[in-house]
Amino acid sequence: MKRGSTVLPTSSSGLATKSLAVLRKDILSEFRTRYAINAILLFGVTTLTVVSFSVGQLGLPADVYAALFWIIIFFSAMSGLAQVFVKEEESRTAIVLRLTSDPTAIYLGKLVFNFLLLALLELVITPLFFVLTDARMANVGLFLIVLLVGSLGLAGASTLIAAIISKASIKGALFAVLSFPILLPLLIGAIAGTRKALGVTESPFSAAAPELQLLISYAVVMITASLLLFEFVWEE
Amino acid sequence: MWWKAILFLLMAWVIAAAFILPAPQQGIGEASRIFYFHVPQAWVAAVAFVVSMIASIRYLRKGDLLDDDRARAAAELGFLFCVLATITGSIFAKVTWQSFWNWDPRETSIFILLLIYGAYFALRSAVDGAEKKARLAAVYSIFAFVTVPFLMFIMPRVLPSLHPSDSVVGSSGEFAMSASTAAVFFPSLIAFTVLFFWIYSIGVRIYRSQRKRMEEQES
Repeated sequence: MKRGSTVLPTSSSGLATKSLAVLRKDILSEFRTRYAINAILLFGVTTLTVVSFSVGQLGLPADVYAALFWIIIFFSAMSGLAQVFVKEEESRTAIVLRLTSDPTAIYLGKLVFNFLLLALLELVITPLFFVLTDARMANVGLFLIVLLVGSLGLAGASTLIAAIISKASIKGALFAVLSFPILLPLLIGAIAGTRKALGVTESPFSAAAPELQLLISYAVVMITASLLLFEFVWEE
Repeated sequence: MWWKAILFLLMAWVIAAAFILPAPQQGIGEASRIFYFHVPQAWVAAVAFVVSMIASIRYLRKGDLLDDDRARAAAELGFLFCVLATITGSIFAKVTWQSFWNWDPRETSIFILLLIYGAYFALRSAVDGAEKKARLAAVYSIFAFVTVPFLMFIMPRVLPSLHPSDSVVGSSGEFAMSASTAAVFFPSLIAFTVLFFWIYSIGVRIYRSQRKRMEEQES
């Protein structure tokens, strides 16, 4: 198995260097196959098209558009974020990765990779969403903060679940099944926050304070729990 | 077995008294009698979730498959009681709010608990090998437990609720339950908890002997 020109650093170097090395390896191998990028972007655009065709021009309230937006993001994420660990198991490179880096660095590298993948998806979907539907932005700053913190929590929780399902025999359906109950608090908070960014015009930040607290604490708690638990999933 | 006799008497008292004594909440009326069964069921579902999580942590620390049997038995019972609490709560919602389901925060959180249990069993059935299955299921169980504070304490701040809370604890936080209500509610809570641990211990014994037999067949 060819592993590319990337040389992983020795164990004496710091955590950040090792995580970055894992991230760089994943980005390089992703650009060779483009499997996850294609899956996630095409799924996102397809779902957006369906939404735009069916309800885009109806002039619905901001509540509905906020929910539709996060449904698109959630299901697109479910189609691509598991790949980061599934590909290691399928190409049997997990063993080599286990030898060359420590679990924390691997988790962090994969987390950042998934976060970047989500950011790319949102970079494509968000402008298209506002072009193709009647949704109107009331506060850009709040919208971007909710999107950023929501994506961080989404990537944090789904990366550990990706690691769990990569060891199971049925992978595709299981990822969404296992992720949905864990991600539901995040989705509720993100939809409520986006609703305020689309609808509330007067002091939206103080109006959205409970949602932002929920999203930030969710991201912090889930990433911390993942860092503690990842070792048990990763080691054979 | 003296405690089984006491459990029988407690259960008999709860079932009879729940229908004979005055209804716990006069504002809601006769339908509020379901409180004596619904709340203990929801309580047992939560206890089972905690038992399963503690067994999962013990498994990850010690690697003893008996702890995995414990986690599995507790999760299966928790799922059963979770379904019971959902059904009784839904009937109550139909009577008082005219709809079986309206995504009240309590309904949302019990629904998520059901989904978590369902996902836990789906994961167990999808992994081969007893130790790998035990380890991944334990990690998922702990990871799912971490989301509980969000569902219990933070989500009610984001979403409005219709769920009655004043029958046990008043709006200002003080204990508000009449003597006759307490005389049924607490025996019911104790009886359901004892019942849970009884069935749980039987479940653990069944899974342990099944596992022993599998190991003997392999060797």
